[in-house]
Amino acid sequence: MEALITKLAEAWGPSGFEHQVRDLIRAEVEPLADEVWVDALGNLICRLGEGPLRVMSAAHMDEIGVIVSHIDRQGFARFSNLGGVLPASLLGARVRFENGTIAPVGVEHQFSKRNEIPRLEGFFLDLPADSGVRPGDPGAFVSEALWQGERVIAKSLDNRLGCAVQIEALRRLREQGTPHTLFFAFTVQEEIGRRGAQTGAFALEPDFGIAIDITPAGDAPKASPSAITLGGGAAIKVRDTRHIVPGWVRDLMIARAEEAGIPYQLDVMMLGATDGASIQLARAGVPTGGISIPARQVHTRSETALRGDIVAAVDLLAAVLANPIERPT
Amino acid sequence: MILRELCDAIGVSSGEDAVRDLIYTHIRDYVEAVRVDALGNLLAVRRGTGAVDLRVMAAAHMDEVGLIVVGYDSDGLLRFRAVGGIDARILPGTRVLVGPERIPGVVAWAPIHLNSSEDTVSIERLRIDIGVSSRDAAQNAVERGELIAFDSRLVELGPTVRGKALDDRAGCASLIALIQGEPFPFDLHVAFTVQEEVGLRGARVAAQAIKPDVAFVLETTACHDLPEDPDEPDQTTITRLGGGPAITVVDRSMVSDPRLVRFLAQTGEREGIPFQFRSPQHAGGTDAGAIHLTRGGVPSAVVANPCRYLHGPASVMNLSDFENQSRLLRAAWMALTPAVLERD
Repeated sequence: MEALITKLAEAWGPSGFEHQVRDLIRAEVEPLADEVWVDALGNLICRLGEGPLRVMSAAHMDEIGVIVSHIDRQGFARFSNLGGVLPASLLGARVRFENGTIAPVGVEHQFSKRNEIPRLEGFFLDLPADSGVRPGDPGAFVSEALWQGERVIAKSLDNRLGCAVQIEALRRLREQGTPHTLFFAFTVQEEIGRRGAQTGAFALEPDFGIAIDITPAGDAPKASPSAITLGGGAAIKVRDTRHIVPGWVRDLMIARAEEAGIPYQLDVMMLGATDGASIQLARAGVPTGGISIPARQVHTRSETALRGDIVAAVDLLAAVLANPIERPT
Repeated sequence: MILRELCDAIGVSSGEDAVRDLIYTHIRDYVEAVRVDALGNLLAVRRGTGAVDLRVMAAAHMDEVGLIVVGYDSDGLLRFRAVGGIDARILPGTRVLVGPERIPGVVAWAPIHLNSSEDTVSIERLRIDIGVSSRDAAQNAVERGELIAFDSRLVELGPTVRGKALDDRAGCASLIALIQGEPFPFDLHVAFTVQEEVGLRGARVAAQAIKPDVAFVLETTACHDLPEDPDEPDQTTITRLGGGPAITVVDRSMVSDPRLVRFLAQTGEREGIPFQFRSPQHAGGTDAGAIHLTRGGVPSAVVANPCRYLHGPASVMNLSDFENQSRLLRAAWMALTPAVLERD
């Protein structure tokens, strides 16, 4: 799984332009799924099994990035954000375009402003001559994925970890079987408003939904208030800012974790939301839960997660999907 | 000039009736299956030759930004709020027409000798003067909830026109021209939508009903190309007047389908029709933001007329940009096939 995570995290796929990631994932899942297709907005859907319950599991393929808004006469590009780009994370960053051009990110008044963080408008891309980059071209941040002991440090663990977890769960369920019709959706445009999951869930008409994503850990110095710890196991979503998980869905996930001895923690997420927020509102409504992997330095080039938490997320997702899913009467 | 008729008509969001009636008279001889849906969208089908099997939707919004009456002062002045995105700083001194009777009024503001430079303009402090001097007289003339439009008529200024509501009557006029021309290879499902300026509301239900395979939105978009800064010639321009119709790559509401962006740009290059890319500043949204998320998703694109001083009584648009909006879409639609939407 390490090689898969490295490959996915380093891949290029800012929101709305996920095709390279989709191609990588498609190559992984083609041999595993019963059926694979790409829908109208670009979500990659894999079906496994044909049981009576339609279950949708979603992990988004896109990553935060930038889009060029203007190139001045000297060749410096200004840009807008695709998703939640933190201005503080831009200092010293590099951006790659689809044509291979890599541009360092520069900032106005570099030394005079060293005690403050400029807004996005204060940054620019230092494009090389004749780069071929034009206004409207999207770019993604560049960062090598590193494994150090139990840790992985990389860009875009949000949410290529979720993609890897789905691929590994699919691999396992292909062997073990499932009583359901499973749809693994690798979705587009989560970072700009969970848009792929919205249309994907409409088309798939699931009876039950799960979103696989990362969740910010609360155990770093002055982190946002959260009981989530790195190494605390798979995070079972209780709520986020747009999604309150039905109690029975949360309890079902807790039961699967306890039966199998999978380490877990409860995730009361105070900032942000996941694809689950869109899935729950599809058509007449879909009971939807979430399994997340704790991460630090989220939305920077050095997102950090632990192998044990990733494995726990795979174990839990596979356990949920291999067993009956019933709303208690 | 259809554009003049359309811009001079009044249709503040939720009160689009006069605009809808006018559009209907211009399209009725060319379309089938005309209907006004539950929210007030005008929907119709322009039959094609049948050569291409695609369900194509084209939308332009009929509504314009304006104001709404919310109360009265004892001296007969009207209190109001905005309908859609209006910058209160442009309002003082502006001529308006209030309600269905088109009662003329002016946005009141302290005379300059009482005004201090620290004053900022908030819509809550502005009033509309319709020339009456008591609350009773104001109440007799105007109901709460009546809509208020800019009192402004279209004029030609050289290669440009100036008027209110070019956003998006210019898009409506282009769509009418497209409907009146030669049929396309596919049936074109047109939607003249309501309530775009207050949240893309008409387009959402129109797309749910039409269930298109692909959608094109004809819009009018902001342009901030003056004054030109010699050091940063066009950093925040969004678009440039006279640069051709603008193709949206990203705005707040949508990442345009890259296949359609590429297809439109290739069409413009092949046919020698000028176009520009709207710079992705994330400001603004269009009906496409609602359409592309309906049902199982709809690949969508936006072609927009650049327009200075948008959402005001005196917007300025270049006529060749406007003509090229329908030319670009006509050329693109004549070449549109399902292959454009195939993925590698």
